[in-house]
Amino acid sequence: MATKLHFADRLGAWKARWGIGRMTYLVPAGLYAIGTPTPDDPVVVTANYKMSYDLVRQALAGRNVWLLVLETFGINVWCAAGKGTFGTDELARRIEATGLAQVVSHRRLLLPILGAPGVAAHEVQRRTGFGVSYATIRANDLPAFLDNSMVATPAMRELTFTFRERLVLVPVEMVGALQPTVVVGAVLFLLAALTAGVSAGFWVLAAYFGAVLAGVVVAPLLLPWLPGPSFAIKGALVGLVWSACCYLFANGAGWHVTTTVALFLALPAVSAFYTLNFTGCTTFSSRSGVKKELRLAIPAMGGAIAVSALLVAAGWFL
Amino acid sequence: MKGFRYLRNVVTLELRENACIGCGRCVEVCPHQVFRLAQQKARIADRDACMECGACKRNCPVAAIEVDAGVGCATGLINEWLQERKLRAPGGSCCS
Repeated sequence: MATKLHFADRLGAWKARWGIGRMTYLVPAGLYAIGTPTPDDPVVVTANYKMSYDLVRQALAGRNVWLLVLETFGINVWCAAGKGTFGTDELARRIEATGLAQVVSHRRLLLPILGAPGVAAHEVQRRTGFGVSYATIRANDLPAFLDNSMVATPAMRELTFTFRERLVLVPVEMVGALQPTVVVGAVLFLLAALTAGVSAGFWVLAAYFGAVLAGVVVAPLLLPWLPGPSFAIKGALVGLVWSACCYLFANGAGWHVTTTVALFLALPAVSAFYTLNFTGCTTFSSRSGVKKELRLAIPAMGGAIAVSALLVAAGWFL
Repeated sequence: MKGFRYLRNVVTLELRENACIGCGRCVEVCPHQVFRLAQQKARIADRDACMECGACKRNCPVAAIEVDAGVGCATGLINEWLQERKLRAPGGSCCS
């Protein structure tokens, strides 16, 4: 098979990043040959999300390797392992279905480290006779791993979450936030336009969209530099800065005090909610931690929005 | 993970050291270097770095590790709670 990515592969990856046809971006499961592997060459296992498959085949260009692609229904290794589709059962089934034991002479499989939550190595060994080695986290490190006598260095085992790695996650988050944002934005616009005029409607709309972008784009990109461990607080801080920007740009000095307080309560709450949602994209936030944050943040965010709404309503009568 | 720390003292990870056979699988699968191997025994060296992915529990051949692993994103947890309270139809999760 080819190891060079063509325009169609890059276009497909770009579309998947924006959520276009992402759930059908897959390749058939099975055994693939990279280069001209012999029965002695290594077997690398991956998911059938096309972006996963493309990363692996591109990384292994110029080598002779067997690539065993599992049926994960177009989901990447990490998420599929969490769901169990990149798992012991599917691995055993795929080894059987492809006749891998007749194709290779050795009994060793190289799995991505992020596939480990779904695969029990000792069970695979017992059921199929194949031993599992967890190789590297990133497909990019596979060549160095193979050249290092199949021993992973500490760097190959350590997760990173660089600016670039966060940036590529932003588009799909934006697409996910789009629908509720448009609905809420339309309601806010109508309320503001009917009570305070069309220009007020546009200001409210801009302030709200800005708060969403602060939570979906700005806070995730600035993640390591925003203070504290809490995602909600990180998001609220960016929302607070955005509130201050609104205050300055929209001549906040002329507002009623209730409007000012309402704005400084509601916008950070909106940003905090979306930044908290980014925990789904990270690989360092724990389930227990997110639970704890939600228990504190949901009442706080709900309270802020409620008080903000009451203040705006009170402002009409004052 | 360098540059990133999440909340402290919340992780549910537990290791029964007397059951451990020192095979080193947990050290191999953990992407956050939570475990260390010393004198044929694993021990938890950095509990707060754990993201509760469950890789160590799944790969421990003697079931010496316990952790509440599962969906860890806000959307997924909110959906779980709504489903428990019968406010939402079961099925859909965060990254479908």
